[in-house]
Amino acid sequence: MALTTSMEGLEARARELAVDLSAVDLDSITLPAGEDFGILSDDEEVLRNEDPPELEMGLSNIMVVDNLPVVPPEKFEKLENVIRKIYSQIGAIKENGLWMPVNPETKKTYGYCFIEYNTPQEAELAREKTNGYKLDKSHIFAVNMLDDFEKYMKVPDTWTPAEIKPYTPGENLLKWLTDEKARDQFVIRAGTLTEVYWNDARKQAPELVFQKQYWTDSFIQWSPLGTYLATVHRQGSQVWGGENGFERLMRFAHPMVKLIDFSPGERYLITYSSHEPSNPRDTHRVVLNIFDVRTGKVMRDFKGSADEFTAGGNIGVSGVSWPIFRWGGGKDDKYFARLGKNIISVYETDTFSLLDKKSLKVENVVDFSWSPTDPIISLFVPEMGGGNQPARVSLVQIPGKEELRQKNLFSVSDCKMYWQNNGEYLAVQVDRYTKTKKSTYTGFELFRIKERDIPIEVLELENKNDKIIAFAWEPKGHRFAIIHGDGPRPDVSFYTMRTANNTSRVSKLTTLKAKQANALFWSPAGRFIVLAGLKGFNGQLEFYNVDELETMATGEHFMATDIMWDPTGRYLATAVTSVHEMENGFQIWSFNGKHLYKVSKDHFYQFIWRPRPPSLLTPEKEEEISKNLKKYSKKYEQEDQDAFNQLSEQERKRRTQLQEEWDSWVAKWKQIHEEERAYRRELRDGDASDEEEEYEAKEVEVEEVVDVTEEVLAFDLDQE
Amino acid sequence: MRPILMKGHERPLTFLRYNRDGDLLFSCAKDHTPTVWYADNGDRLGTYRGHNGAVWSCDVSRDSARLITGSADQTAKLWDVSTGRELFSFRFDAPARSVEFAIGDALAVITTDNFMDHVPTVQVKHIAEDLDDQTDESALVITGIKGRINRAVWGPLNRTIITAGEDATIRIWDTETGKLLKESDKESGHQKTISSLSKSADWSHFITGSLDKSAKLWDSRTLTLIKTYVTERPVNAVDISPTHDTVVLGGGQDAMNVTMTDRRAGKFEAKFYHKILQEEIGGVKGHFGPINALAFNPDGRSFSSGGEDGYVRLHHFDSDYFNIKM
Repeated sequence: MALTTSMEGLEARARELAVDLSAVDLDSITLPAGEDFGILSDDEEVLRNEDPPELEMGLSNIMVVDNLPVVPPEKFEKLENVIRKIYSQIGAIKENGLWMPVNPETKKTYGYCFIEYNTPQEAELAREKTNGYKLDKSHIFAVNMLDDFEKYMKVPDTWTPAEIKPYTPGENLLKWLTDEKARDQFVIRAGTLTEVYWNDARKQAPELVFQKQYWTDSFIQWSPLGTYLATVHRQGSQVWGGENGFERLMRFAHPMVKLIDFSPGERYLITYSSHEPSNPRDTHRVVLNIFDVRTGKVMRDFKGSADEFTAGGNIGVSGVSWPIFRWGGGKDDKYFARLGKNIISVYETDTFSLLDKKSLKVENVVDFSWSPTDPIISLFVPEMGGGNQPARVSLVQIPGKEELRQKNLFSVSDCKMYWQNNGEYLAVQVDRYTKTKKSTYTGFELFRIKERDIPIEVLELENKNDKIIAFAWEPKGHRFAIIHGDGPRPDVSFYTMRTANNTSRVSKLTTLKAKQANALFWSPAGRFIVLAGLKGFNGQLEFYNVDELETMATGEHFMATDIMWDPTGRYLATAVTSVHEMENGFQIWSFNGKHLYKVSKDHFYQFIWRPRPPSLLTPEKEEEISKNLKKYSKKYEQEDQDAFNQLSEQERKRRTQLQEEWDSWVAKWKQIHEEERAYRRELRDGDASDEEEEYEAKEVEVEEVVDVTEEVLAFDLDQE
Repeated sequence: MRPILMKGHERPLTFLRYNRDGDLLFSCAKDHTPTVWYADNGDRLGTYRGHNGAVWSCDVSRDSARLITGSADQTAKLWDVSTGRELFSFRFDAPARSVEFAIGDALAVITTDNFMDHVPTVQVKHIAEDLDDQTDESALVITGIKGRINRAVWGPLNRTIITAGEDATIRIWDTETGKLLKESDKESGHQKTISSLSKSADWSHFITGSLDKSAKLWDSRTLTLIKTYVTERPVNAVDISPTHDTVVLGGGQDAMNVTMTDRRAGKFEAKFYHKILQEEIGGVKGHFGPINALAFNPDGRSFSSGGEDGYVRLHHFDSDYFNIKM
């Protein structure tokens, strides 16, 4: 039987048979039972394609609570009520979902019960929340999913030694550090492309290392020691790196991840996401995962409402301040801490649980920060009780939680803490109210962490009313710079924590008057600083040598939005990112302000230098090298010269080649032009045509006698 | 040398043209009066009154006797250069944009915009020596281009017409048959509207400027891409030096964005590039709006630029310019 599936086909067939379709009552046609002419009913098809309805097959919504008290029948009801109370808080227990079996002989309970929830999710949540719950001293709940029992039953009774896999050496993840020319890498993101380059200052151009389109969904980030490049996707985060370019090293699943943060020693990765609540009155739900970067395992997760993670209460209404967890204790990644209401929760990474199982209680604490090198927390408590309780800055040692030093401060409006990167000094910028409380002025409390008893020194600016625009410590050094002033051209001052005759007094080195600067960028090696005028100052740059107290160079990268030193302090990158429409791209400068090269990219989003791990050389060795720098630099100067020669040679070749190519074009055109000469003349009606034959520049000297006259001049002898 | 500032137009400049001897400079602007200047000292010589709309382009005959102008008032007009008298007016259904005389000045190519229901056209008109013989009839009409045609010029020996415009494609047409001969490659060609096109002195190659922030050099006969000059701003105007291996690019940020940023952000410089090496050699600042028109003097010793700001700036090159080495 012919299969007519479409209406057109049907109509065509009807015409063929001379049947008037409109006259046929289709409903009156009955097919023989069980005959469908090969045409499936629409309904049946839907049924067939649909997933089989979810039947309550699994037992995944049932869990077993163990370690309950064993009770006689008279207490049975009471216990049941207690358990019901505990577990119905977490989710609705199914009707008849709580079953506590009773031993038929002793009439006592067995000390366990089954609880059935409506969904596996609820059961999972309840297990998480109540496993380890202390009913009383001797009854600590042990909660397991019923499904898991099967798994545990499979554990063999006899122990078999684990199979030891042969050792396979891992990749050298630090290969990029062995670059012959000791160059640094950087990554940029422009348009849909993410590219990693070598900064080749000798060639005055970047050299492409790796390039990938749509590498990340939102942003990219290097790990703090530069080993990994992290990309962020809808499904989670990934890290890339390795010996040969950039291969995926690990994936960290975290749906809708928004923010990521590495621990300083790059052992752990914290990922963060926040989810719209289904009920608009609820707050956002926040999920945080802490992964081990090398194994990819989740070490700990935190879930809760956004309120719980909005620290201190002084942070924006809807957002959380990132990073929520701040890492402390230097490169060992030993501790991380989070600010809560009246508490600072310090966790340790050995167990991923609260240090001493409880948080550090500090009434009204609003801010804290870690020393970059030591397990010391500095924290700030603002003034309370209308000024009766003074504001306070204190230093707390972890894990002991002893207070090392504290300082009370009066009439404080705000306070910022700046650690020097070696953890030697802490500067606390304190904004105080004047007596009238109408305005504020700023002072600094300087802590010397490494000295006995941690002496504190107070620094006030010469003009107390100056606003502080920026503050920055010299990395690895003892100096700091401040931009202060009110007008459009603020002053920049440099201070040192050491003076020649008195090693423990802060003193001013110099003040530079009326600078177009609003940001400070110290070289990571110290000594040099870039005073930058971003935003309103249109990208003015001043390269300043703090040892000699002199300006080395000034420059301008018009509208620069970002400034970054390379990790060695040899080069500086300035960039205009897509916040501006025009002129997107970056420029590279030498440390002393020489403009090296410039790259323009439309839709330029990110520029990040690849960080380097700290040097393995001892300070003595470093000093020795800098003393004998001449000896070492010779080799590099030679290399520089060679590279330069080679480059100019190449350049010369390229130019000659281009010129030759061009000449061949011109020769061809000339020839055709000659051939067409006659035609052109014809088109011009025989008018002598092309320039070259028409006029000729000739210098002709023409002498013309205008007039000739004769005159007799009287000659007076007496005049002699 | 200090530029000569020529103030005569009240609206943005659209086009600049030197005559063959290089002693006269013709300027067109969005005001309705094309103007002629002494190309040496910038003195205003006269104006051509009669148009009733923005004037988009002009061309002058080889003997500097006749001027042709194309205007938004839907006409192209022939003028007597020396008296300023209107000789003839070609009427169209849409604004006339690009005009050019052919070799021999017996033909002119005129383009009309896509306007209301009219598609853009390229039309060839006979220019009669005797005005009494002058007619309005077109010798050839080319259609089939989508988007505005910003420039149409004659190829070598009047055998072809080269067009470029909004669809970012350069096309070469046969003037005998009106058939399309060649089309620029989508990949290597421009990516956005081609705003300008200018031929070399011997018509062997030409340069196009585009809003895709680049200018490209092409062979007039084969339409082979020879060079690309990359810049940082949309290119509105280009020209090739008749004597040196230099090209000049002008443009800048869209006029609508100018007020939103600093003057320096706009990049309203005329940028000079080495024609062969494709490297930037210098820039001439001055305009405070985008540059819309550029032209080298046929002697190669000066150039002029016309801006959105309504000024024409006439620059004589310094001696450094002539000493540039490769």
